[in-house]
Amino acid sequence: MSNASEAPTPDDGLRLMESADTGPVLAADGTPLKRSLGRALRRQKLRALMLIAPLLLFVLLTFIAPIADMLFRSVENQIVSDTLPRTVVALKDWDSTSGELPSEQIYEAAYYDIFIAAERKLHTRLGSRLNYELTGASSLFRKSGRGLDDIGEVYQDQFEDLNKAWKDGETWAQVMGSDAWLSEANSWGKSSGKLAPALELRDGIAELLPKTAESYSSFANFVRVDDGDNPASEDPWSLVYAALWQDLTSGADVSAYSGPNADLLQEAASAAQDFESISFTDGFAEIDEDWVDTPIWQTIKTYSPKYTSGYFLNSVDMKKTPDGPALRDEDQRIYGLLFKRTMFMSLVITISCIMLGYPVAWILANLPARTANLLMILVLLPFWTSLLVRTSAWKVMLQQQGVINDVLVWLGLVGDGDRLVMINNQFGTIVAMTHILLPFMILPLYSVMQTIPQTYLRAAKSLGATNWTAFWRVYFPQSVPGIGAGSILVFILAIGYYITPEIVGGTTGTFISNRIAYHISSSLNWGLAAALGAILLAVVLILYWAYDKIVGIDNVKLG
Amino acid sequence: MADTANSEAFVEFERVQKSYDGETLVVKDLNLALPKGEFLTMLGPSGSGKTTCLMMLAGFETATHGDIRLDGVAINNIPPHKRGIGMVFQNYALFPHMTVAENLSFPLEVRKIGKSEREKKVKRALEMVQMGEFGGRRPAQLSGGQQQRIALARALVFEAELVLMDEPLGALDKQLREHMQFEIKRIADNLGITVVYVTHDQTEALTMSDRVAVFNDGRIQQLAPPDVLYEAPENSFVAQFIGENNTLDGTIKEIANGVALVELDDGGLIDAKPVNVSQPGERTRVSIRPERVEFNVDRLAEGSHTLKAEVQEFIYMGDIFRTRLKVAGNNDFIIKTRNAPDQVRLKPGEIVEIGWQPEDCRALDAN
Repeated sequence: MSNASEAPTPDDGLRLMESADTGPVLAADGTPLKRSLGRALRRQKLRALMLIAPLLLFVLLTFIAPIADMLFRSVENQIVSDTLPRTVVALKDWDSTSGELPSEQIYEAAYYDIFIAAERKLHTRLGSRLNYELTGASSLFRKSGRGLDDIGEVYQDQFEDLNKAWKDGETWAQVMGSDAWLSEANSWGKSSGKLAPALELRDGIAELLPKTAESYSSFANFVRVDDGDNPASEDPWSLVYAALWQDLTSGADVSAYSGPNADLLQEAASAAQDFESISFTDGFAEIDEDWVDTPIWQTIKTYSPKYTSGYFLNSVDMKKTPDGPALRDEDQRIYGLLFKRTMFMSLVITISCIMLGYPVAWILANLPARTANLLMILVLLPFWTSLLVRTSAWKVMLQQQGVINDVLVWLGLVGDGDRLVMINNQFGTIVAMTHILLPFMILPLYSVMQTIPQTYLRAAKSLGATNWTAFWRVYFPQSVPGIGAGSILVFILAIGYYITPEIVGGTTGTFISNRIAYHISSSLNWGLAAALGAILLAVVLILYWAYDKIVGIDNVKLG
Repeated sequence: MADTANSEAFVEFERVQKSYDGETLVVKDLNLALPKGEFLTMLGPSGSGKTTCLMMLAGFETATHGDIRLDGVAINNIPPHKRGIGMVFQNYALFPHMTVAENLSFPLEVRKIGKSEREKKVKRALEMVQMGEFGGRRPAQLSGGQQQRIALARALVFEAELVLMDEPLGALDKQLREHMQFEIKRIADNLGITVVYVTHDQTEALTMSDRVAVFNDGRIQQLAPPDVLYEAPENSFVAQFIGENNTLDGTIKEIANGVALVELDDGGLIDAKPVNVSQPGERTRVSIRPERVEFNVDRLAEGSHTLKAEVQEFIYMGDIFRTRLKVAGNNDFIIKTRNAPDQVRLKPGEIVEIGWQPEDCRALDAN
């Protein structure tokens, strides 16, 4: 390096220039050139944004947002904790793997939850949700909605026998509600068009009779909001009687109460100890034996979080158990098979499309433009025919009493007794879908091949290559981008195909999308459908990514 | 190399005809023989059949009639890849998905030549076209001239004895084209290969070829070395197609001692060399090169016929002066004179007397 300082070399000049250029380049007015350029381009960018804005909004609102919402359902599980809030909390301490039954407290919580849910007619929805995980849960909940009345009625009857006043909703309102609320509620009329005044508890009542206060509040709120009636004049649920009995027997000091009907309350307090009673556990057992078995409680506990991986586990033939995720029994696995079959058949369809489409595209690309255009119309013809019609046509062609079998029988190639089964199986699906998706292969192949001049083949031959070598070494590599584009199109379309497998697939030729459709429209298990769809989407994205890694997405040409 | 007297014909077309549609002949009765090592150019306007001839030789078109022989063997039925003919295409046709080295290696691979041998030959071929460092590049990364060199190297790498070139310089700019002309000629001479070169650029044809075949209307109009072609065109088409040319129409008055007396349409009399005219009374078109016109009539032989000419325009072009005259009713009669110190510079409107040596003025067919 010491030499460099002695004799200047041309490099020195370069180095000097570079060192002078290290600062930001400035525009004529002294601002950095980058910022100046950015400002100049901003208006252009804004205008471009304005132009695409309508489409962007349209797609966001009508396409992206619904899809996102749908995908969200694959993990959403708020129905359990929303419908059974007390039970979910109470179950936290229950060890679901111990095999022991839940404690009486849990049954009590479940009683309150399910009773209120039944009043609000939400218990059947929860039942069908849990039925996805535990068969029979649906009917169990439906039955319980009616059956739980029996528990409360035990107490209701005894309170009413003790004193007829307990039958009267106003008695309850006077005990539970504050004086201000009472007077307000009494002056309320249904014709006012407004909701009845919201319940305001009497001072100290919540401390004195906590369960009663809570259940009466639920009742009052339900009457006020859901029924649009006046809580002050409605007879309470049997649940409230059960709550009162619980409060009175658990040592509530009613002598401290000095509000209206204090005498009633004191009378009830002394009598309650001798009431005939029923434990909540027994009450549930009376409704259905399943309630005093662990599976339903395990299921509720497993699905109590607000978000669940259950749908996704279900989509890969697994399930949540108290011991963590586990594979389903062999005979219950279906989605793995369907995913594999969807992949395999899509692959077969893609390969058949390449095999059939490549020669056609070659001919089209090498014909004079006039003839090529005419033939192109034939290729495009299927696009102008309804998909349903084309698929049905295949049904006519391939069925056992169909055209092909008739011809084969007529020719004597196949006996009348053993006509070929070509439909309602994988073969039928592959044939029909190859036909339907063929144009998606031919078009990109054609447009790529059109850009490959014939001189390449001539050059290869003049260099000594045989026809095959010239094709394989020179023409084919240049047509690979077309194959790539066609394959991506066909494969991705095939993987999500629904109508054709539905019509000609039978049981062995259906795709995962048919199962998704089933869950959307028949079993109404949207969460599972969303999870299956999300997995399908992920698979396509992974394949796309892998394709990009291996072939390179810039090698894909649509024309 | 233009000396073809003793060499055996290497490439031979015999009575070759070609028709695409069965109605018209694109090539009509082609007879052509090339000795080994000759650089032959097929020159002609588009549609004259020259490229068709080349494609028949390469094997991409089949002759409708006649024989094409290579080294004495009829090759009509031999497929292109077995002919062993190198070819350079108009747009180079370098395989875009292969590197330069792979492109060059391709003809060797299909000939099942070993890897080390292949590499050696590829290297040598690249060096021959001075593209030694470009082996790893893709054709798209090369300039037009570089691609052209690679295409040439590829046609030569498998040691073809016959190389066909189909307007290989058509896509290059003028300067590069001239440079490549010499380059191709040099390499061809060094390797001693036989070249059939197709072009519609007459300068290219004249500068590169040993012999030029001028094509028109499916026939060879004249097959001759460049100097003969230029100085002694055998018909009006060749005279007009090659180089710049002045023409005057007239009728033969008499032919004597190898000199024809032509009476021009405006009555003027000139002397000319009869080429494809034979008897008095025949219509003729005389042709004379602009640089062979003399306006210093003292230099002409005694008794020579001269014409009056009016100067229309004088153009200074640096190395030469170009003067446009009106002669015998022809407004576009051009004279080229060298920019020598003593050269006369004519002025528009001036009336001069012009003439020429009878052998420079050729009386050709009237078409």
